[in-house]
Amino acid sequence: MTTTILGPPDRLAPGQAATELARLLAGDYPDAAGRFGPFGGRFVPETLMGAVTRLDRVARAAFADPAFRAELDRESRDWIGRPTPLCYAAGLSRAWGAPVWLKREDLAHTGAHKINNALGQALLARRLGATRIVAETGAGQHGVATAAACARLGFPCRVYMGSIDVERQAPNVDRMLRLGAEVVPVETGDRTLRAAIDEALRHWVSDPLETHYLLGSAVGPHPFPWIVREFQSVIGRESRAQMIERTGRLPDAAFACVGGGSNAIGFFHGFLADPRVALFGLEAGGRGPGLGEHSATLSHGRPGVLHGTYSMLLQDSDGQVIETHSVCAGLDYPGVGPEHSFLNWIGRVRYEAVTDREALDAHAECCAREGILPALEPSHALAGARRFASANPGAVLLVNLCGRGDKDMPILAREAPMTGPGGRP
Amino acid sequence: MSGGARIRAAIESARANRRPALVAYLTAGFPRLDQFGPLLRATDAAADVIEVGVPFSDPMADGATIQRSSRVALEQGVTLRWILDALGGLAPHARAPILLMSYLNPLLAGGLTETIRRAAAAGVAGFIIPDLPLEESPGLRELARSHGMALVQMVTPVTPDERIRALAAATDGFLYAVTVAGITGGSAASPGEEQRIGAYLDRVRSLSGGAMTCAGFGVRSRAQVRALAPHADGVIVGSALIEAIENKQNITNFLTELVSTT
Ligand SMILES: Cc1ncc(COP(=O)(O)O)c(C=O)c1O
Repeated sequence: MTTTILGPPDRLAPGQAATELARLLAGDYPDAAGRFGPFGGRFVPETLMGAVTRLDRVARAAFADPAFRAELDRESRDWIGRPTPLCYAAGLSRAWGAPVWLKREDLAHTGAHKINNALGQALLARRLGATRIVAETGAGQHGVATAAACARLGFPCRVYMGSIDVERQAPNVDRMLRLGAEVVPVETGDRTLRAAIDEALRHWVSDPLETHYLLGSAVGPHPFPWIVREFQSVIGRESRAQMIERTGRLPDAAFACVGGGSNAIGFFHGFLADPRVALFGLEAGGRGPGLGEHSATLSHGRPGVLHGTYSMLLQDSDGQVIETHSVCAGLDYPGVGPEHSFLNWIGRVRYEAVTDREALDAHAECCAREGILPALEPSHALAGARRFASANPGAVLLVNLCGRGDKDMPILAREAPMTGPGGRP
Repeated sequence: MSGGARIRAAIESARANRRPALVAYLTAGFPRLDQFGPLLRATDAAADVIEVGVPFSDPMADGATIQRSSRVALEQGVTLRWILDALGGLAPHARAPILLMSYLNPLLAGGLTETIRRAAAAGVAGFIIPDLPLEESPGLRELARSHGMALVQMVTPVTPDERIRALAAATDGFLYAVTVAGITGGSAASPGEEQRIGAYLDRVRSLSGGAMTCAGFGVRSRAQVRALAPHADGVIVGSALIEAIENKQNITNFLTELVSTT
C-alpha cells in the first residue's frame, strides 16, 4: 500500500463529509495504510516497521478470536469492574437547567478509562510473545493502569514520565512503584507527556523484538490509534445502551475531554452513527489562545507528523513542535489522535477549548453538587457541557467522567487552595 | 549528474583508493550558527559524503548526543530555511555531495514541493528521512528524483530479507545499513558484536542487488572502521563527530584518522 505526498488535506467537496463518515462506519478506516482519510499512517524508523506490522496482524487475529474476546470480557468484569455505572447528576442538572448524565469511568479499577486499553494491550502483548512492557504516562493514570495490568499478567514494566509530571502527579508515581513498575523520569524535551513518548519510542526502537510498547492514547503510528479505540469503545457501547435503558432515548449532546483522545474516541464511537447526537471534544485551552499557552490542538493546530502519525499538531512555522500548557497533565500534549483530526475535518465532532479556569470551576461544582471529585481532564468535559446547557436549556446531556481526581490533589492545592480548616477554595 | 550518481561516484572513488568511503553527519548550526561554514568545510576536507542534520524538536531515533546537538541548534534559531540559505553558498564549493538528514515534519512545514525545490536550488544531493518508511515514501521519492535528488533508504538488523531487497531496489546513492536495532550514538561495539555486524552487513550486501552499502550508528573508532570495512562500501559517523566538535578537536584530522588504512 502506497500513499501520495503529504500536503494539507483538501477542502471537503459537497457531500464528501457524509461519504467519509459512511466509510468510517463501514470499517473502511483505518485503511491498509493506517489512514483515516488524509490522517494517520505510520511514520516510524525502519527498525519499528516489523513491530508495528506484527502488532497489526496479531491484533486483527485477536479481535476475531472468541477466546480473546471472552478473556477480555471476563477480566473487564471481574478485575476492572465493568460495566461502569451511568449516573444521573441531579445537582448539576438543577444548576444547569438541563438533565445531565455521567458515565462513571472514574469508578473503573485504578480510577480512569485508561485501564480498558492497558488490560487489552497487555493481553495482546502475551499473544505477541513480548517479554517486557514499556509505557509513557502524563497524568500517571495510564502508568498506573499499565503497572496494574502488568502485575496481573506477569510482565516486567517500565514507565517513562516527564519530570514535571512526576512532580505534579506525585500520588500516581507512588502507586506505580507499589504495583511493581519501574518509573523513569524524563529530563529531556518538554519534560511532560510528549518527551515521555519520545523516550518510550527510543526504548522500543532499541528493543523492537522483546518489548511491547503499551501506548496509552489513540495516537502514534498505526495500528495504535485503531487498537486503542477498539479497547476504549466499550465506553461508548455501554453508555448508549445505558442511556436507552434508563431514559428511553439518546442524549442530545455528548461531551468528552481530548488529550491524545482515547476516552473521547471510545465514547464517541457509541454515537457516531446517530446523527441527532451532537458530539463535543473538549481540549485544554489553558491560559488562553496564545502560542504555548494551551494544548488545544484541533482548535489551533496545523497538520504535521509527530510520534509516527500525520495529524493536527501544535507547531511553529518551521515544523518544530511547540511546548504546550494545561493545568492538567493528561491533556498537556501538542498532538492528537488522527481519527479526531478526521472527525474534525468532516465536522462530525465539534472540538472546543476550555480554559484552566473554566475546568477548575467545573471541578469545584462537581465536587459540591455531586459528591464526586473528578480528575481535571473530565472537568474540561463538564465545563463544555455547562457551556452547552446555558445555550440549550433542557437538552439531555451525557458527559464521559473518564477519571477520578485523587491524583490531582497536588495541583488543586496549588491552583485552588483551601484557605484553612473549614475554608473554601 | 544526479545527486544519486554524484554520491555513488564519491563512494567509488574512495573504494578506488582502497579505503571505505566516509559519510559524516553534522547538525547544522551546532554549536553556533557562525561555525556551520567552517565545520562543513573541515568535514568536506576529509569526508566523501556529508549529511547535514536538520534539527527537530522530537528526534525519536536519536540518542543523547544528537538530541543535545539538535537542541543547541534549535536554541540558536536554526531553521530549514536558514540551512538551505547557508548551503546555497557552501554546497557549490564542497567536494562531497551533501545529503539533508531530516525528520519528516520540518520538511512538510513549508510545503513539501516548495521545500524540495529549494533544496535542489541550494545544491543538495538528496535526503535521508528516518521517519519515512518505504510504504510512505514513493511520492517524496518521485518528487526528489524529478529534481535530480536521491532518497536514501535504511535497513536494520531486524529487517527481513525480502524487505531488504525492496529497500535496496528503492534507494538511491547508497543503502544505509543501520548496524544495531537502536538509536544513534551507541557505544563502540564489543568484539562479539563485530562478528554479528559483519555477518549482517554481508547479508545486506548479498541482498542489495548491487546498491552500495554504508554502515552507520555507533561507529566511533578506527578499529571499528577497520572491522566494518570488508563488509561495506562505506561507514557513517555521526555522534562521534558531534562529540569531537564538542571537544574542540580538529575535525579534518579526526575524520581522516578514522578511515586511514595505515
Ligand atoms: C482521567 C484522564 N482523562 C483523560 C486523559 C487524556 O487522555 P485521552 O485523551 O487519551 O483520554 C487522561 C490522561 O492521562 C486521564 O488521566
